[in-house]
Amino acid sequence: MRFQFVLGEVVSGLRRNTTMVVAVVLVTFVSLTFVGAAALLQTQISKLKDDWYDLVEVSVFLCPEGSVSPTCAGGEATKNQVDAVRQVIDTELTDEVSKVYFESKEQAFEAFSERYPDGYQGTQLTADDMQASLRLKLTDAEQFAVVSDVLSGRDGVEIVEDQRAVFEPLFRTLNVATLLAAGLAGVMLLAAVLLITTTIRLSAVSRRKETEIMRLVGGSNLFIQLPFLLEGALAAVLGSLFAGGGLWLAVRFMVSDWLERSVDWVAYVSEVDVLRVAPLLVVMAVALAALSSFFTLNRYTRI
Amino acid sequence: MIRFENVSKVYARGARPALDQVSVDVERGEFVFLVGASGSGKSTFLSLVLREQRPTRGRVYVAGRDVANLSGWRVPTLRRQLGVVFQDFRLLQNKTVHENVAFALQVIGKPRHVIRDTVPEVLEMVGLTGKGKRMPTELSGGEQQRAAIARAIVNRPQILLADEPTGNLDPTTSLGIMRLLDRINRTGTTVVMATHDDEIVNEMRRRVVELSDGVVVRDEARGGYGEREAILPDVGASPVLDAPGSGTRAPVQTVRGS
Repeated sequence: MRFQFVLGEVVSGLRRNTTMVVAVVLVTFVSLTFVGAAALLQTQISKLKDDWYDLVEVSVFLCPEGSVSPTCAGGEATKNQVDAVRQVIDTELTDEVSKVYFESKEQAFEAFSERYPDGYQGTQLTADDMQASLRLKLTDAEQFAVVSDVLSGRDGVEIVEDQRAVFEPLFRTLNVATLLAAGLAGVMLLAAVLLITTTIRLSAVSRRKETEIMRLVGGSNLFIQLPFLLEGALAAVLGSLFAGGGLWLAVRFMVSDWLERSVDWVAYVSEVDVLRVAPLLVVMAVALAALSSFFTLNRYTRI
Repeated sequence: MIRFENVSKVYARGARPALDQVSVDVERGEFVFLVGASGSGKSTFLSLVLREQRPTRGRVYVAGRDVANLSGWRVPTLRRQLGVVFQDFRLLQNKTVHENVAFALQVIGKPRHVIRDTVPEVLEMVGLTGKGKRMPTELSGGEQQRAAIARAIVNRPQILLADEPTGNLDPTTSLGIMRLLDRINRTGTTVVMATHDDEIVNEMRRRVVELSDGVVVRDEARGGYGEREAILPDVGASPVLDAPGSGTRAPVQTVRGS
């Protein structure tokens, strides 16, 4: 009985404020889409990191002939120098470095020829044009700074390079996109809260008489406020469901069906990730509605 | 049933109190008229009983509860023992008479079969048999007030508060409403009615509590309305103060017939 009665009140309230309710649905839809997009971007970044950081290494380039670097004053790195560097790695960087191997000029040339079988942009290079290096596999790719600190500036070491640096611009772009999405989401969420507040207020004012009678005949606070709470929550949740659906469609058609086919060597976010983010959006919508209701209802429907 | 102990109510700091040291005791089953000029504190009295307001000083007991110190979540329980009727009926215009009365029960969560049985009974008691499906706008003023009374008593409250229930009605209709209130009172319901209607008060000869500027000036067991100022006191030929150039006598204009 009570449930049915509350439900009836909710439906009549929604019908009375249709335009406002539609506005709430749309604003929560857009704002939560941005929130979801930010979350998916971050998921994408961590997926890429997982994937790529396993493949990348730190290259310790050894002095070639004719280098101008001060540590290469003695010309090409000697075997002694290389051994000294390996010694340092073995003793001082045991925790950070998991694997070390030496790439000689010949091996480097082999790898190079493999990648460019017809020569690089028309030049004819030989093994002597290559540079020998120590390749380090790190236990944790984030530890590059420590490794670089220890090895840079030693005799025979020209430069320590982190292959991760290649990806930095991409990650930076993705992070900026995340920030942008999150910023827009913030603004839109604020708009959503204000709009829900206004909607509840309108609803409360248009039902002032009912509310007054309810108070007088002894309706409990919860019972009087519940229809308003549910109205706001319902509209917001509807918006969040739309947001989830929109993201799902976007991932399905733009990522899975298109990106994945054209650039297939990258791990992309999938529909599964959307399903993981969607409940979060619904929870946010409920929180939004609860927050707005909390501020409004006590002012307009107090016993 | 209702007891006021030295109750004062001050709305704004420094203002004249709306009620000043009021002590009134209403027994179970009594019928009490609350009379007095507008602004004498009648409405404040009723809203203190309903706990829409808390007294500034003193204690208010309603049905054995200390209303002034009642915590917010218990207020609904108090109000379920009170019925209220207003001068302007306050029916919900988008609901039928039946729905209006049923609303009061739905709100406090009564089961459907109780509502189905009780509402027609109450409508019959107030004399609205067969009018349950009408909208409030399709009823006369007296019938609307009967519907409002039905809503107020459908939950069988111990106390019925009426704030000028006949204020919008003609004398004959008012009489009908008073008979109804009297009948309700005879079933054991305590009735407190604020009114300006001296004819009704004089006719009913019930207890009268008269308020004046927030003070009880009279409490008679079987009283009348009391003295009223003459509507057109003989003030003689005084200057028309609100005429242009006030203070001087307005020039006498003779309207010449043509």
